[in-house]
Amino acid sequence: MSQHDDSHHGAPARQFSRSDRSDEHNRDLAERVAKIESLLIAKGLVDKQALDRLVELYEHDLGPMNGARVVAHAWVDAAFKRRLLENATAAIAELGFGGLQGEHMVVVENTPQVHNVVVCTLCSCYPWPVLGLPPTWYKDAAYRSRVVTDPRSILAEFGTALADAVEVRVWDSSAEIRYLVLPERPAGTEHLSEDQLAQLVDRDCMIGLKKVRRS
Amino acid sequence: MNGIHDLGGLTGFGPVRAEKNEPVFHEDWQRRIFALNMAALAFLGPVDRARHAIERMNALEYLTTSYYEHWIVAIETMAKDLGYLTDEEIQTGQAGHRKPTPHPAPSAAMIEGLIRGGMPANRDDSQVKPAFDLGTKVRARNLEIPGHTRLARYVRGKAGVVTALHGCHVFPDTVAHDKGENPQPLYTVRFEAKELWGDNVTRRDCVYIDLWETYLEPLHEGQ
Repeated sequence: MSQHDDSHHGAPARQFSRSDRSDEHNRDLAERVAKIESLLIAKGLVDKQALDRLVELYEHDLGPMNGARVVAHAWVDAAFKRRLLENATAAIAELGFGGLQGEHMVVVENTPQVHNVVVCTLCSCYPWPVLGLPPTWYKDAAYRSRVVTDPRSILAEFGTALADAVEVRVWDSSAEIRYLVLPERPAGTEHLSEDQLAQLVDRDCMIGLKKVRRS
Repeated sequence: MNGIHDLGGLTGFGPVRAEKNEPVFHEDWQRRIFALNMAALAFLGPVDRARHAIERMNALEYLTTSYYEHWIVAIETMAKDLGYLTDEEIQTGQAGHRKPTPHPAPSAAMIEGLIRGGMPANRDDSQVKPAFDLGTKVRARNLEIPGHTRLARYVRGKAGVVTALHGCHVFPDTVAHDKGENPQPLYTVRFEAKELWGDNVTRRDCVYIDLWETYLEPLHEGQ
């Protein structure tokens, strides 16, 4: 889905993921987790089927394809867009999305004058029902530390240049309110269907790092 | 606490490294530790307890371990604090004792119900009058808080404007420490970049952050 490349070629592609964890280290971690799993099952704290179902839900059902449907619907239905900006939790529920880490949704709209970006500086809060689990960079220190103080430098790293006159609003998810950015609909997409529009909307646009482009 | 997790406004962590077509999990142990933390929620308690377990990590360890390694620490710490696991059991993987549980482990259907239904953090606010109206100028208090808090360091002592009121939400500073939910008004407050980062800042940027009433004080004209 994401078309942009890492703007820092030569840098390790993923900090703190497999690339800088040796196979041996990963084996140790796997062993440590397996011990916890068998202990918690033995002690009646978790159910094995529940673990499998959890993984399945977050790998397949909950992801940015849900948020993309919300965005595309808001682009084609002005009344829905009004409801979305007024009470996002209820409007998103109309499309069948909601639940854990999406109980209190707020949608913020990008315009030619205002550009919104979402972060959680204290941990990794993120709107799971509409975006799924966050990417590694969203949880890393580099993003969380710098986006509040210099959002434009990070936007530039994602290939997004904004005029000085544009106001950048950074939303720090410090409570249980979860934020979703409603990107601007690109020009020249009037002929596209709602499904086709949803295909254009990727995760980074809904966190606010990129603009949606006509494919 | 002034923990290393409170990263907002620091510099020196290098570029943001985005991975193209990143998978949800890179390793199977990440899948398992995510699912374990979620499936055990009913016994481990509020999410702020989990956050605080991670915040208490050694600062250097926090910065040099990956996200899901933090989740390993979270579940081990909480299970030990609550008496479900001992260090020895975690070392050996052999269950030595069994603390009685108030109910059986939630089934797959119950967990799915929890995920789809959510756990709202707001509480009845019919009897509560918020101290601050929309548009009110406020200052984030400068407080020394030894335990868990969501009052990010970079806004403490800074002046902003209330832009939204979200009703009464469970208060993290107490719920993380078993001192009750103490629901209180939650606000979104807008801070200008110049106020947060320095008098010489000219960028047209601002930060919106959610703050509980306890974290705020009125800002009087001329301040």
